[in-house]
Amino acid sequence: MRFDSALGLESRKGPMAVAGKVLIYGFMVVVFTGPLVGLLVSAFSKTLDPTSFSLWPDEFTLENFVQAKEKNVYLYLLNSFIVVGFGLLLQMLVSVFAAYSLARKKFRGMTFVLLLMLTTMMLPEEIIAIPLSLVLSDMPLLHVNLIGTYAGMILPVGAWGFSILVMTEFMKEVPVELEEAARIDGAGELRIFATIIVPLCRPALGVIGVFGFTMIWDQYLLPLIVAPESSMWTLPIALRSLRSDEEVGIGVLLAASLLALLPSIIAFLAFQRQFMRGLTSGAIKG
Amino acid sequence: MTSTLTPAPGRTATPHRRTKRVRWRGPLMAWLFLAPALLLFLYFKFIPMFVGLWKSFFKVQTFLGDEWLGLENYKTIISDADFAAAIWHSILLALGTTIGSLVLGLGFALLIEGPARYLWFVRTAAFLPVVTTMAAVAEVWRIMFHPADSGMLNTIIGWVGVDPQPWLASEHSSLWSIMLMSIWRGTPYDMMIFLAGLVGVDRTLYEAAAVDGASTWHRLRHITLPALRPVFWILFTLAAIRGLRVFVEVYVLTNGGPNGSSEVLMTLIYKLGFQKNDLGVASAGGIVLFLATLALTLIAQMLRRRQAR
Repeated sequence: MRFDSALGLESRKGPMAVAGKVLIYGFMVVVFTGPLVGLLVSAFSKTLDPTSFSLWPDEFTLENFVQAKEKNVYLYLLNSFIVVGFGLLLQMLVSVFAAYSLARKKFRGMTFVLLLMLTTMMLPEEIIAIPLSLVLSDMPLLHVNLIGTYAGMILPVGAWGFSILVMTEFMKEVPVELEEAARIDGAGELRIFATIIVPLCRPALGVIGVFGFTMIWDQYLLPLIVAPESSMWTLPIALRSLRSDEEVGIGVLLAASLLALLPSIIAFLAFQRQFMRGLTSGAIKG
Repeated sequence: MTSTLTPAPGRTATPHRRTKRVRWRGPLMAWLFLAPALLLFLYFKFIPMFVGLWKSFFKVQTFLGDEWLGLENYKTIISDADFAAAIWHSILLALGTTIGSLVLGLGFALLIEGPARYLWFVRTAAFLPVVTTMAAVAEVWRIMFHPADSGMLNTIIGWVGVDPQPWLASEHSSLWSIMLMSIWRGTPYDMMIFLAGLVGVDRTLYEAAAVDGASTWHRLRHITLPALRPVFWILFTLAAIRGLRVFVEVYVLTNGGPNGSSEVLMTLIYKLGFQKNDLGVASAGGIVLFLATLALTLIAQMLRRRQAR
């Protein structure tokens, strides 16, 4: 008798054991993907009333997606992509730069900086939502108003403690000999950073990329605060306004919800390995 | 920021060639590389935090100027029945979601543990809820919760002979319905972390237990669960921190209704700040939320220490 797991289920043979396993796995897949499959099916079906949401296709139609254009859904989607595109670029740049300093340099005040990073992770954005709106409407020292601008949605997601710490852990692994050799050859700081350290951290870029994407795509309170005009709305916060439509009932809402879900699902499926690595490397989603 | 240009200990490869230029360049470079992150944190995390603390002592008025109130806003929160109810709902929702996700996550992890090749599909499928956009998922659940007899969830429970439920539409079940969705979304995450923890359990212990003829329950109780204890506490602390600040789920599913039965701290703060423009009390509410989160984290840490003894 061998045990490779706590319950020792996988070593059991026989028709009963197989049937039990199939039942458990089937149940899990149905429960956890059911609502998502239902959405996929219903978004392409005729749905007039909320009770027609189901797992069984009605009759295939693209009507919901046509109506969605009338309701500006594609404008919201574009806004979401603008914010996530620039936001992620900024976030990754900031993380890589900060990590280089924390991982490869020794300087006074480093512990303090690390402590600051941890503090920001302990400080959920919900807590500072109200004062953040005050700060954004009149930036201290700069006196610009970021409410109603893309910058107001992009800049606040630029620095993310999780992303910086994951990157720092990775950069510590790069052997110091490479750096020293380059230094003796007279390479400057920027050159070492750009041609040695960053290329060696490519796997970590995937990790912070996929986490950063889902984090920015999922932002809700921030666009809610920053975008009072519907022309600036991102897709997640626009969903509420699409709940009922005289033409297709809940159809537009379903089509828009599907469009809001797909990017993060695709990102997850494409970068699954990086995702799991980030999840289980002791790094914590804050 | 600039007062830190102290000479660094020599880190260059050739000590005899250390010039003054190289000596101060190390720390300056370090701070330069850190500057973007620090600046963004300062503007969008730390300044708002202090502004929030500051405003919580004032009656905030846009044109008349702020009026000092001292602890008045906090007194309002403590004595206000709506706040008391919202805090209670937040705690209930956080605890229910946390315990539900932990128990189910552990159960599923034990069931699908193992080296079987085809399990990756089950794991991937089960993990999908975690990565999905909350606002969109909540809209889907709102539709599934439709209280009519032909609503999706009512149809499903009808198959097993349960009467149709009002779900989000009733004061008695609105909070539990939100909890159900949160557990659906939280369970796979906990399951994954438990699975990672289960990999680290010493296999020889299982072998020994099998030789001794210990029951499955004994094996779990004395080998598996003790090994998972650290994982359990990490998840518990995390979920507690996250649970208290719940906003999007409630905002989308019920917006605190019906009749305030599912109002949580964050939806109430949001209403106060952006709809009633009562920024002082809303800021104080944010500080209270912060303190509650901190207290919960510390309690979880203390319990963990006592367990370890």
